[in-house]
Amino acid sequence: MIRFIAKRMLGLVVVLFCVVTITFFLIRLMPGGPFDSERKLPEHIERALLARYKLDGPILGQYFGYLGDLLHGDLRLSTKYRDRSVNEILADALPVSATLGAIAFVLAVIGGILIGSLAASFQHSWIDRSAMLAALGAISLPSFVIGPLLILIFAIDLQLLPVGGWGTLNSLILPAITLAAPYAAYIARLTRASMLEALTQDFVRTARAKGLSESQVIYKHALKVAILPVVSFLGPLAANLLTGSIVVENIFSIPGAGGFLVNSVLNRDGFLLSGIVIVYCVLLVLFNLAVDVVYGWLDRRIILYG
Amino acid sequence: MAALLILVLVAIAAIIGPSLLPAADANVSQQSFLPPSGLHPFGTDLNGRDLLYRVLLGAQISLLVGMAGAAVSFAIGTTYGMIAGYLGGSVDSMMMRLVDILYAIPRLIFLLILISAVDPMLRASLAAAGLPGLVGYSKIFILVACLGFTEWLTMARIIRGQVLSLKSQEFVLAARSIGQSHSNIIRLHLLPNLIGVAVVYLTLTVPSVILDESFLSFLGVGIQAPLASWGLLLSDAAQVINPIKGYWWLLVFPAIAMGSTLLALNFLGDGLRDAFDPRQRK
Repeated sequence: MIRFIAKRMLGLVVVLFCVVTITFFLIRLMPGGPFDSERKLPEHIERALLARYKLDGPILGQYFGYLGDLLHGDLRLSTKYRDRSVNEILADALPVSATLGAIAFVLAVIGGILIGSLAASFQHSWIDRSAMLAALGAISLPSFVIGPLLILIFAIDLQLLPVGGWGTLNSLILPAITLAAPYAAYIARLTRASMLEALTQDFVRTARAKGLSESQVIYKHALKVAILPVVSFLGPLAANLLTGSIVVENIFSIPGAGGFLVNSVLNRDGFLLSGIVIVYCVLLVLFNLAVDVVYGWLDRRIILYG
Repeated sequence: MAALLILVLVAIAAIIGPSLLPAADANVSQQSFLPPSGLHPFGTDLNGRDLLYRVLLGAQISLLVGMAGAAVSFAIGTTYGMIAGYLGGSVDSMMMRLVDILYAIPRLIFLLILISAVDPMLRASLAAAGLPGLVGYSKIFILVACLGFTEWLTMARIIRGQVLSLKSQEFVLAARSIGQSHSNIIRLHLLPNLIGVAVVYLTLTVPSVILDESFLSFLGVGIQAPLASWGLLLSDAAQVINPIKGYWWLLVFPAIAMGSTLLALNFLGDGLRDAFDPRQRK
């Protein structure tokens, strides 16, 4: 078990190293620099500016200097948002994105499993067909279509919920639904398929023969088996939520990390970009690790680290 | 079957549509934000361009990017998966380790950075190579290459799985025992059996690529005006939503076009997968 986790941690370090290197050099490949929108500065001021952000000197020197700073936990300063270090920006923005992501995660998983199980238990009925059609629809439409549609209906026409922003509980609802919708649909389809397969197994027959009610059979017994493919999808789900949140935060004007990410690419803000990408990768790998451990614990037949 | 019909209709409309409409429609109309009417069946957009024309043009470009991107991912992924699956052993595990590492990188972010970095270089090299006419289309090349480059991972995994399971079957053993060369085995025995799975996942990759491209266009990094793509049209529409006057036609028509096409593609892919899956019984 310890060796398994240690191997994953090593993999994480490799991933982080690759990602940091790639973003470092790609940002410098892009035309334009971080200080282009300013007026032309006198030479000595420009030199001092570059020195402050450690953007002077040979490029390999900059690279290794950056790696050294990263190892100390210092994500450096943002070139666009003056007087704020990347650590500060992320400390403010990440909790917002994390809240949105967590709520969307719970919505997607619970909603998806419920709808999928319902569809499986009433297979071929109108419940099943309409649920699966709705699921296909939610997968086929991108979130920046579902989002504005929801805004049009609920915020503008019906005036029930706020159009965007952050702060009140109401402002959580629409963004979370928009973010969760396609993944809830995918999980619903996944649950339905695996539930259908689980319901053909012998232990279900036994449970029914024992006289258990249908809902007990499904939700107490079959669900435990049917849930496994969903658990293995939870890792990619977190990854998708991370990337999907970028667009949703844009639509609903939520002050989360996604907005900073896009802006940092546009502003050539290399350190902010690296910082966000590092955090995302770390979160992803840790989450995947947790999911794999849970998966191995749920199904004893799977030997992760024998 | 209905899905196939829808797809064929969309494809035909996309290919011949923009040439059918009179060229005048491509030009700017005097008024912007016209609702649907006789002259402009889908209405006009912010700059007065006819929306029907833009939706059809968008169909061309979105479908092109989708299919070409899926083809690129197919080419890379199949080759990689076949090599990994056939060689097996430590080569296989190393190759799959690389795939796992690449999987951990958030795709959209990587795409953003990659496209922003490569696009100017491509434009410059196209202009320098004496092909100025293509510069406007450089974005499409970039998108196809980059999207294909990020989608191949799934295809590689699936192909490798298939090759592994095929490799252990007896007909491969028989072929080896009569001395058939490796490349012949791959060509004559493995490939025909792989085609089923490959086509299914190819059909399922296309909507994924189209969705990714639409996300990128929404963020401003993908296709840009004067070209159109469904993602660009939808993002334009999303940006003019306001409580005072909702321009519903800007959002609804591209959404219907894109949604129905993707729905049809997903339907088709699902149907193909069900047909090919040996475990499914009626």
